[in-house]
Amino acid sequence: MKRVISVIVENEHGVLARIVNMFAARGYNITSLTVAPIPNSEFSRMTIMSEGDPKVFEQIVKQLYKLIPVYKVIESDDFIQKEMAMVKFPLKEVKNNLADIDAIAKCYNGKISNVNDKHIVVSVVDRPDRIDNFLKAMSVKYKNLEIVRSGVSVIER
Amino acid sequence: MKMTGARIVIESLIKENVEVVFGYPGGAIMNVYDELYKQDKFKHILAKHEQGAVHMADGYARATGKVGVAMVTSGPGLTNAVTGIATAYTDSIPMVVISGQVPTTAIGTDAFQEVDAVGVTRPITKHNFLVKDVNDLAFIIKEAFYLAKSGRPGPVHIDIPKDVTVAKTTFNYPEKIELKTYKPTYKGNKRAIKRAVEAIKKAKRPVFYIGGGSVLSGASEIIREIVKFTKIPSVETLMARGVLKYDCPYLYGMVGMHGTFSANMAMNDADLIISLGARFDDRVTGKIDEFAKNADIVHIDIDPSQIGKVVETKYPIVGDVKLVLEEMMPLLFDGIDTERYKEWRDILDRYQELYPLKYADSDEVIKPQWVIERTGHLVPENAIITTDVGQHQMWAAQFYPFTYPRQLITSGGLGTMGFGFPAALGAKEGMKERVVINFTGDGSIMMNIQEVLAGYKYNLPVVNIILNNNYLGMVRQWQTMFYEDRLSETDLSDVQPDFVKLAESMGGIGFRVSKKREFEKALKEAIKSKKVAFIDVQVDRREDVLPMVPPNSPLKNMLVFKEDK
Repeated sequence: MKRVISVIVENEHGVLARIVNMFAARGYNITSLTVAPIPNSEFSRMTIMSEGDPKVFEQIVKQLYKLIPVYKVIESDDFIQKEMAMVKFPLKEVKNNLADIDAIAKCYNGKISNVNDKHIVVSVVDRPDRIDNFLKAMSVKYKNLEIVRSGVSVIER
Repeated sequence: MKMTGARIVIESLIKENVEVVFGYPGGAIMNVYDELYKQDKFKHILAKHEQGAVHMADGYARATGKVGVAMVTSGPGLTNAVTGIATAYTDSIPMVVISGQVPTTAIGTDAFQEVDAVGVTRPITKHNFLVKDVNDLAFIIKEAFYLAKSGRPGPVHIDIPKDVTVAKTTFNYPEKIELKTYKPTYKGNKRAIKRAVEAIKKAKRPVFYIGGGSVLSGASEIIREIVKFTKIPSVETLMARGVLKYDCPYLYGMVGMHGTFSANMAMNDADLIISLGARFDDRVTGKIDEFAKNADIVHIDIDPSQIGKVVETKYPIVGDVKLVLEEMMPLLFDGIDTERYKEWRDILDRYQELYPLKYADSDEVIKPQWVIERTGHLVPENAIITTDVGQHQMWAAQFYPFTYPRQLITSGGLGTMGFGFPAALGAKEGMKERVVINFTGDGSIMMNIQEVLAGYKYNLPVVNIILNNNYLGMVRQWQTMFYEDRLSETDLSDVQPDFVKLAESMGGIGFRVSKKREFEKALKEAIKSKKVAFIDVQVDRREDVLPMVPPNSPLKNMLVFKEDK
């Protein structure tokens, strides 16, 4: 089962390594990870998507709290989740379907964000499961795509 | 007044009332050693190897309950210390390890004697620091000592680049410390405690499962009181030996792989296990799917991550064992019917009668268990016992009459061969008036034997009783039991040193004992000599540690007799 937790940590030397090491040392998976400082504070927020049964999650949360620079671990079933994805299409694949792509991208809070003589780049921002759907739809329809996902960010409702 | 970073380290250690530092100098830590030279507030003990230094600090901490302090240089100094740090970490021993580091300007350039020290110690410390600015130094040292001894204790490592020890700032040692992100829970939740008490009163077959956390929290006295009053059967882990006195009628001995039959059956048959600072280690539980199938668990631990980690816990209580039990005691004593557990005690007494801890003594050869029992009779009751790791460790845990907590100093979690002797030296430094005995084997003792010189130089007379079977005995036992006696690289009979000469060459004294009647005299003379002593006792080569729960078997499938194999 996939779950997202948000970890508020002190912004100090080696804190990311501490968190990641703990996952590695205990054999827990990290599906995605995003980190950025929280403005006007000494903290950073790490959003970690992981996989495992509820017992594993309980241990993950406890082991995170055990790390000294961890201030708070937020688990919630009611996060607003957003992830960004960028997709690079070879222009020759899609030159007759630009309107189509733009329309679909709009459904996923996205748009065509860059075009040059070889490629177009589409970016979308949405829930990770909806991003999955979008990418699946695009991959079925077009070939030779380059896909970049940002990993999920969340905020409590 | 401005001070150098090096001076700040020394002044901070003085502020922490450090009495002794165990260490080994080197390039990157030289400035700190230079300041150490100029002061006389605390002592420094020069080990012969950094691992020895850290084990000494560990033994000192375990014997005294204070924070042990070790100091090493960068690179190989730090990597040599790693086994010592990991040993302390797995047994939750409060310790501060200070290492030198190449200058901040050289970090990351693969400089001489550079290693990513905080990277190396991250998984084996409670916390670690790389000090990048001299202005943070005093605060970090304060924080390190606070972290090491508070909550669930553990080693904390401070890595100090050489230029930080040169840089100057005003010395301001914080009086108190408060960390936003670290607030251990000491007092247990009242409702949880009440629920647990009710469960104990309702149980038919409860058992106190006493672990090392009971020693760390100083809970021995209150546990003794509770066990005496409630008459609830109790078992101890290796790390908890001595929490109850060996002759306590409700103590069924050690639990786990080499525990007593009655202790393991107590866990197996219990309907309520009350864990006091223990962690359901695999050496205790045996095959986990078959562990205590009919028992509910009350788990008292200061570290929330231990609760529910291995077994499902119906009554979790996060808190310090001693404080929780203080809260529990009046509730428990109020209206408890101790006759209720009589039938249960009778069953366990019967198990004890049927399968007591025993060995077949002999007049021809010396049995290792006999040496341990004999030592228990010959040394003062308050003697400190350290061990290395292997068969002798288990025999010591089984057969020594432990009378008080912190009496047994042993590497439980990591199982570090070479721990016992330096730990004994550290314990002796902290407890000068006590007799200190290290039970060791002919394998383990070789791993830190260089420290005889440290014992000689600093006048730390400890007695090493080498239970010499010319084997790496515990591995040999497993090879015999589970590998059809293929003794791969465990027979040491052709590579034995002369322990008597070895001791003498480094200022110690040695004895060789091959007859029972020689042992008592050797031990008495060893203690009287006030030197580091080796007593090389030639014991029965093929003696096994029994009883035994075979690896990954349920506790009830114990091999009790030799024929069970």
